[in-house]
Amino acid sequence: MLRRLSLPLAATAMIGACGLLVSALAAPAVEGGGKQGLNPAAIVMFFAFVLGTLYITYRAAQGSKSAADFYAAGGGITGFQNGLAIAGDYMSAASFLGISGLVFASGFDGLLYSIGFLVGWPIVLFLIAERLRNLGKFTFADVASFRLDQTQIRILSATGTLVVVAFYLIAQMVGAGKLIELLFGLDYLYAIVIVGALMIVYVAFGGMKATTWVQIIKACLLLGGATFMALAVLWNFGFNPEAMFSEAVRTHPKGDAIMAPGGMVSDPVSTISLGLALMFGTAGLPHILMRFFTVSDAQAARKSVFYATGFIAYFYILTFIIGFGAITFLMNDPSYYTAGAGGVVNKITGLIGGTNMAAVHLANAVGGGLFLGFISAVAFATILAVVAGLTLSGASAVSHDLYAEVIARGRTNERKEVNISKITAVVIGVVAIVLGYVFENQNVAFMVGLAFAVAASCNFPVLLMSTMWKGCTTFGAMVGGFAGLVSAVMMVVLSKAVWVQTFGFREAWFPYDNPALFSMTIAFVGIWMASKADSSQRARDEVASYDAQYVRSETGIGAASAHQH
Amino acid sequence: MVQSDHQRILGNPKFQELVRTRSGFAWTLAAAMLAIYLGFILLVAFAPGLMAVKVGGGVTSLGIVLGLAVIVSAFLLTGIYVQRANSRFDDLTRDLTKEIV
Repeated sequence: MLRRLSLPLAATAMIGACGLLVSALAAPAVEGGGKQGLNPAAIVMFFAFVLGTLYITYRAAQGSKSAADFYAAGGGITGFQNGLAIAGDYMSAASFLGISGLVFASGFDGLLYSIGFLVGWPIVLFLIAERLRNLGKFTFADVASFRLDQTQIRILSATGTLVVVAFYLIAQMVGAGKLIELLFGLDYLYAIVIVGALMIVYVAFGGMKATTWVQIIKACLLLGGATFMALAVLWNFGFNPEAMFSEAVRTHPKGDAIMAPGGMVSDPVSTISLGLALMFGTAGLPHILMRFFTVSDAQAARKSVFYATGFIAYFYILTFIIGFGAITFLMNDPSYYTAGAGGVVNKITGLIGGTNMAAVHLANAVGGGLFLGFISAVAFATILAVVAGLTLSGASAVSHDLYAEVIARGRTNERKEVNISKITAVVIGVVAIVLGYVFENQNVAFMVGLAFAVAASCNFPVLLMSTMWKGCTTFGAMVGGFAGLVSAVMMVVLSKAVWVQTFGFREAWFPYDNPALFSMTIAFVGIWMASKADSSQRARDEVASYDAQYVRSETGIGAASAHQH
Repeated sequence: MVQSDHQRILGNPKFQELVRTRSGFAWTLAAAMLAIYLGFILLVAFAPGLMAVKVGGGVTSLGIVLGLAVIVSAFLLTGIYVQRANSRFDDLTRDLTKEIV
């Protein structure tokens, strides 16, 4: 029991310690206040975070013995804690800096993204969470392959997982390197090596327990920092949003246009397609789905989605206020800008470090150099926590799905499987560093969209159809799942973002920005048609065994014995 | 689970009631969320002028108000489901489990 309590206590102590550090550093750091180069407050606070999380990793490693400990934190996470961790997985540096930057650049349009990212959560709760918890053990492949062919479905699920993880991870690594270079004055290569090395340590030694607590601490720090910024902005306007909006309209070069849909959504098909990718992609992200196995039962799984939705909704409202605050605080202050050709300052793109730095500059404007340091350290911590979660889910797909079920065909033991997972985490970390380095100067913004599109077009349809449709067969899932995966990737490669902007061709083959509307349709129709066409004996057996799966997915009867906590 | 076990549960009226009420409830809420979100996206895509209409006499637009309302509705819908599931549906599941075992 003591050991159980010690991790939450250590985490609470860390959050408190960060608060103390802020006050202790107040005197020397404020006069620094530099926007670039070395920020001593940021470095001290980041070191405090790293030391604290390494201590937690050490404690978690001592307590982690079984596979259930490694993959699912022994099922000992509460609904509230898991809600924070899920929200942490979702509140990446990209969504904090990216969405506030979008609001800064174009106002209303930024809100569209946050809404898209949020509305997937109710869908996860209504259609996925409970069934997942009742049927699965460690990965969503456990669920999809429950009554279907283990080998084939696990190959499909692991492929879907690794593709999503790879694109998501590259986007995070490149973003991390750029951000740390800017905030800490650290060389790009050093930055990604530090991120890669720390995530390997968290995952390989601490497994899900350490990854979860790193995520929880970071979520608290990020929510706290963002709350402070939003309150500071609102306080400046007497807590009257209308006053903030009208000041923003007066200040912004686009004027009143920032209050309405703008150029970003000129094409309805792309808008709807992106909306579907964001909404249903959430329900297919492997590192998020894995979190439902860290709680004790279906009730706790439900509660964790409820808390997560609340935290994420609150966070997006904060980023919206922060974006508008950045317009009013920064656009009239030339010290945040570099002049373009002929000494003309562009109030949007001229922002030092680009529009993604809007929140960081706002931190300096409302809280001085010290608070800037805090937000920089939190941004770094955020990247670490998110990449650790991604690495763990990639490593689990390799060890639990590919190794244990496909290569060893069940003839392995827990210790060996966990060791394979740890080795895989190291390999994924090294590959992520290399890819982060290779892609340094590429435009990787499309990769997060692609990760969501693949999750929505491969993982989600297979998961939904195998649990909800009696007629779904292995053949159907394989055909539809791979068709969704391949078509999503192909359509992105042939779209403007890659075909024209990266490869330099003149015209894009695929006219829309996001493939989900088409690739999801292909996946669902593929699963349906191929399942219908499959008249083999195996297909009949699979359909016949749906009832047993159905009873367990609805009631959880039989689930307790499958997963020892 | 033994073969006959799930047959017995499938035929149990409590199980049938649980599944019927819960899946009806879940699909209704999912459809509501989808309708709210797609409705919002379609308005943005096809009626951007309407979204720019001012409300309350200031610069605040209908789009901003509706956008924030979509965010709040997502949270409320999850709250409604969890409240219902953690009381009524869990009671039904408990009763059913007791009856079976």
